[in-house]
Amino acid sequence: TDANLQLYRPWASCQAPLRPTSSHTIAVEQSAPAGTGFPPLQTFTEEEAMMRDAVRKYAQERVAPLVSEMDENSSMADEVIKSLFELGLMGIEISTEYGGTGSSFFSSVLVIEELAKVDPSVAVLCDIQNTLINTLMSNLGTEEQKAKYLPRLATDMIGSFCLSEAGSGSDAFAMKTKAEKHKDYYIINGSKMWISSAEHAGVFLVLANADVSAGYRGITCFIVDRDTEGLEIGKKENKLGLRASSTCAVNFDNVKVHEKNILGKVGQGYKYAIGMLNGGRIGIAAQMLGLAQGCFDHAVPYTRQRMQFGKRIFDFQGLQHQIAYVATQLEAARLLTYNAARLKEAGRPFVKEACMSKYFAAEVATLTTSKCIEWMGGVGFTKDYPIEKYYRDCKIGTIYEGTSNIQLSTVAKLLDQEYNS
Amino acid sequence: MAARVLVGVKRVIDYAVKIRVKPDNTGVVTDGVKHSMNPFCEIAVEEAVRLKEKKLVKEVVAVSCGPQQVQETIRTALAMGADRGIHVEVSGKDYDSLGPLQVSKILAALAKKEEASLIILGKQAIDDDCNQTGQMTAALLDWPQGTFASEVAVEGDKLKVIREVDGGLETIKINLPAVVTADLRLNTPRYATLPNIMKAKKKKITNVKPGDLGVDLTSRLEVLRVDEPPQRQAGVKVETVEDLVGKLKEAGRI
Repeated sequence: TDANLQLYRPWASCQAPLRPTSSHTIAVEQSAPAGTGFPPLQTFTEEEAMMRDAVRKYAQERVAPLVSEMDENSSMADEVIKSLFELGLMGIEISTEYGGTGSSFFSSVLVIEELAKVDPSVAVLCDIQNTLINTLMSNLGTEEQKAKYLPRLATDMIGSFCLSEAGSGSDAFAMKTKAEKHKDYYIINGSKMWISSAEHAGVFLVLANADVSAGYRGITCFIVDRDTEGLEIGKKENKLGLRASSTCAVNFDNVKVHEKNILGKVGQGYKYAIGMLNGGRIGIAAQMLGLAQGCFDHAVPYTRQRMQFGKRIFDFQGLQHQIAYVATQLEAARLLTYNAARLKEAGRPFVKEACMSKYFAAEVATLTTSKCIEWMGGVGFTKDYPIEKYYRDCKIGTIYEGTSNIQLSTVAKLLDQEYNS
Repeated sequence: MAARVLVGVKRVIDYAVKIRVKPDNTGVVTDGVKHSMNPFCEIAVEEAVRLKEKKLVKEVVAVSCGPQQVQETIRTALAMGADRGIHVEVSGKDYDSLGPLQVSKILAALAKKEEASLIILGKQAIDDDCNQTGQMTAALLDWPQGTFASEVAVEGDKLKVIREVDGGLETIKINLPAVVTADLRLNTPRYATLPNIMKAKKKKITNVKPGDLGVDLTSRLEVLRVDEPPQRQAGVKVETVEDLVGKLKEAGRI
């Protein structure tokens, strides 16, 4: 609605939302004239706005019709995977010299958010590829590794990240998967669990310990191609939510990997994992944000149409207060997420803010989806409406890529340091 | 073989937006409302880009008339594959009263200046539904026209155009240079891929003033009033045929 004021500046164009959303966006050229003050957090460059609109349109037209079926069948449609690559959504930050889009981290965040509004499973596929796999490869890869993998990651190959095991989730460094050195190659043995996108991945970034005596300082990152002998994809988990995203065990039985397939340095894997997960959690925050917003966007119109006791249920103050409360939480989550992303882009410290954004967005997604079902009443509880899927999908947000408790502990640790001086 | 194609793209209120009339009935509310490229213009751009991909044309130039904001629309055309853009600066009162006659004069002048041999436009804009610009442009240039095109094929120095007409489909052959207007079934426009959006940043948009093209923007039309369509009234249920006839007579319908 236009009850919200739009700031009009001659060089910018105002874009009002198609459907009610809690965010108003203004496209602004990156170099705003001096003296205009600091633009609000929800200010995008022209490309960022164009990309967001392009993905929004694509998600509505090409992904939305398949969402229900993919959820039922626990399977990502080939057509979706193909079109994600075709549109350049799988290589957003990969440089154009490797066939990628050559855009920024913030663009990835916007893309993930838009995809999540329609299907959080599709969003997580895009998120893992961009924020975990591509980032690791681009930052740590040798020229040879980058030339071999980046073009494929940008155009047709999905990557999976193998860290967790049955016995090590939050306590990631307690991993048991070992890599034994023999001359110029390593033999990897072990079992990874909860590996997203494993069903379709062509390459796996595997964290294994190459020097158990050194404890976690032996953990090393290996690039393992899918067709390597001894690598076996286990059964797909039958999950509550994010069902279209495949989650499998991946087993390594004497998998031979040449030392030139080590990403970065031996024994530095733990550092790389932590470093990259810091950015990754902003991506998850974006996913949870989009999920919550998408759910909200479906529920509120219903409350404005549904009549009981002679008026719209939206007109009851009790409901208005709940809706306004949720909208406020959504806005706060959005600003936390966007700010964390901008901080990262600016090269400033962002770990605390990234943890806060992931933790908060996941909590807001849980709150929002739960409330939306209530607002929709009986129909919210049926599979005929998309709401219940958002409710099921959101739960993993407080669990994966660092549980809420881990996020809070990290924030506390950083606060402790801040107050140390 | 046409060397250069001019494609006109118009910035209009997005098709999904609920239109509201301004309280003073002088027009519709545009401030803060989502705008996009006219859907028929998207189809026109797609056709031009396809011709380029088939190597039947060398360059696709996207043109739009309006204030600063139309540059977004030109950028979208560039992201779909157009090579460069021309922004014809029209703003304020001139923009409010800009219509097919002025736009066709601008396009005709540009076609001569750019030595274009093919102009592809959307058949009409979804805001004014005029369906005149293509036809007027062809007349001003004295070029043949293939309007309501649902298929376009290049045959040497001629164009075969299949047109959607009331009675069905009409196939015509016209000489180049020509004007074609795109109808709904001509093609399905591509999504701008993210890499192409990035590339579009580097493509050039030149600014031109209507005066530089020798075009007079004075409108011969004055909009007197804009109203919403009447609210749909509730119907009346009747029991018998006699009642029905009676009610129709009462309403003066028979």
